[in-house]
Amino acid sequence: MIYLFDKSFEGLLSAVFDRFEYRHDVSRLLPADQAQQALFEEAHTVYSSNAKSERVWNGIQTKADAAWQRIMYCAFLSELTEVHHTLFMVLVRLFAGQVDLRNFGDAAILLLSQTAKKVEREKHRMKAFIRFEKSEDGMYFARIAPDFNVIPLIITFFKNRYADQPWIIYDQKRQYGVLYDTDQVHHIRKLPEDLSDHMLPDKPVQMDEDETLYATLWRDYFKSTNIAARKNPKLHQQHVPKRYWHLLTEKKIIWE
Amino acid sequence: MERIREKLSILADAAKYDVSCSSSGSKRKNTDKGIGDASNGICHTYTEDGRCVSLLKILLTNYCIYDCAFCVSRSSNDIKRAAFTVDEVVELTMNFYRRNYIEGLFLSSGIFKNADYTMERLLKIVKKLRTEERYNGYIHLKTIPGASEELINEAGLYVDRMSINLEMPTEEGLKKVAPEKSHEAVKRPLGIVQNKIQQFSEERKLIKHVPQFVPAGQSTQMVIGATPENDMQIMHTASAYYKNFSLKRVYYSGYIPIRMDDVLPVVQPPLMREHRLYQTDWLLRFYGFNVHELLNEKHPDLDMQVDPKLMWALRNMHCFPVDINTADFQSLLRVPGIGRQSVQKILEARKFGRLRIDQLRKLGIAYNRAQYFIVCADTPVGLGSLQEHQVRSRILSLGKSKYAPAFSTQLSLF
Ligand code: SF4
Repeated sequence: MIYLFDKSFEGLLSAVFDRFEYRHDVSRLLPADQAQQALFEEAHTVYSSNAKSERVWNGIQTKADAAWQRIMYCAFLSELTEVHHTLFMVLVRLFAGQVDLRNFGDAAILLLSQTAKKVEREKHRMKAFIRFEKSEDGMYFARIAPDFNVIPLIITFFKNRYADQPWIIYDQKRQYGVLYDTDQVHHIRKLPEDLSDHMLPDKPVQMDEDETLYATLWRDYFKSTNIAARKNPKLHQQHVPKRYWHLLTEKKIIWE
Repeated sequence: MERIREKLSILADAAKYDVSCSSSGSKRKNTDKGIGDASNGICHTYTEDGRCVSLLKILLTNYCIYDCAFCVSRSSNDIKRAAFTVDEVVELTMNFYRRNYIEGLFLSSGIFKNADYTMERLLKIVKKLRTEERYNGYIHLKTIPGASEELINEAGLYVDRMSINLEMPTEEGLKKVAPEKSHEAVKRPLGIVQNKIQQFSEERKLIKHVPQFVPAGQSTQMVIGATPENDMQIMHTASAYYKNFSLKRVYYSGYIPIRMDDVLPVVQPPLMREHRLYQTDWLLRFYGFNVHELLNEKHPDLDMQVDPKLMWALRNMHCFPVDINTADFQSLLRVPGIGRQSVQKILEARKFGRLRIDQLRKLGIAYNRAQYFIVCADTPVGLGSLQEHQVRSRILSLGKSKYAPAFSTQLSLF
């Protein structure tokens, strides 16, 4: 049987719940919008529910240590269909007592841990590459477009670090973000009108009067750190891949 | 705007020859909703030569009363001079930090008037950042040689790391290029700070709220290739300072000719040598190697063709092959192509059965390199009996080193 789910973490855990509830023999877990792949097999659509997912999560906590809980969640944030399927299968085996999470010789275990590593790397990159721009009203605003859905992994970090300034981190790819008002963090689904101005390059942006000064100084500084005799563009791009350049103050091309 | 741009360009340019960029090792947390923390060590971007940029690295001023031959800021050098005010440094740091450009500040200075006069200003900056701006980001302060003990001790309360550079690997080397300087003058502040760190950590055992004192420890830097020391001398100096002053890091900076000078040779920066020294440093600190195992009277210099771990293995073929399925932690750690993390993974994975070659590859081991030094469950017999030079040439033919271009310019020097 094929399981279809809504691509949420809740949904994935609910799928595990259903699998044991109905004793289905599940061959694949697929996102509901890929249902066409389930032509020749019976499909079951999983309804995400808090109650179901919480029970499964509590179960996981008794069977997997904190490190593995983190690996599972990170692997989920990869948003990859294959990894979601693998995670589902591993969880089913975990509850059936048919898997040892320490066995990296197991291909499924290895895939999860390697995927989690990639997601963690992307999280790490975002901690490094996020660039705030200060707008007139004192809001620090950053746009990102990460390979994986890493916002959930960086909220605490930015909240702790920039505790005394309001900020927004907005994921352009996934069209959602978080706003910190120096007290709490709020999710924002779509940009409020006035902020969306930031994203339109042809509209004049209401920036803080010093924004250009510091962005310029930073670009100057970045250029000056270079030691020409050591130039190594390959290594540079390995560390700062091109796909991130358009959002990096020091790398983006400025149209003056 | 133009004036501050010019200042920054002059004072950042003069500071960039300090290679340390580490912003890790501190545990400073954000307290009472101030700003920043210094416990992460993030590289925010990388220079076009591939080095990490995590700190705003600047001089307070490049005016200097001394004339050290290796230094751009030396008094006899005909360059533009500039000086920041205390407030300018504070503003720059805060505004860069708030935009997530940097992890913190690396501050040093040329010596104007005298050591204490300069040190007082550096102290003002770090104190203002911590107390007025409530800034908890990283601060690395390069102490001024000859500054008074009181000033050094007070600065230690505000900074995460302090450093003072040895400059040249040996006293003789240093005397040649900077007659006014000495390694003794470096040992004094290193010793002062080391004692204070110890004193604070002992007090912390008794009293809970002891203020932090240089929580990320001390570091130093040596310039490589400007004076004739061999790799053995360099690494012996490094290892002695690690031991005697509990240093967190020693940095090796390949000498870059700044201007023709009769005292210093004019060559390309020895990138490969610098790289090999860092690898050796790493082996000493994390892989349980001793200097004399890698460098000794018979082999006073590192092998530029292969990394020091492989170099050691090739010279000690009698220690290999080791059996992946039975060898202990230390022996696995010495196998070329297997890093610390891989050793952990091997130890974990082999609890579930004898490991085969394909499993090792999947664990992320550089098998092509490691194969000459190990036996797995399915290793064909006979592979282990190659001679040193055979192994060397096979590994070298595996792929061109990514340092090949730098390496070829090196060759012409020897
Ligand atoms: S004292 Fe320091 S800044 Fe002055 S010339 Fe010597 S190395 Fe350069």
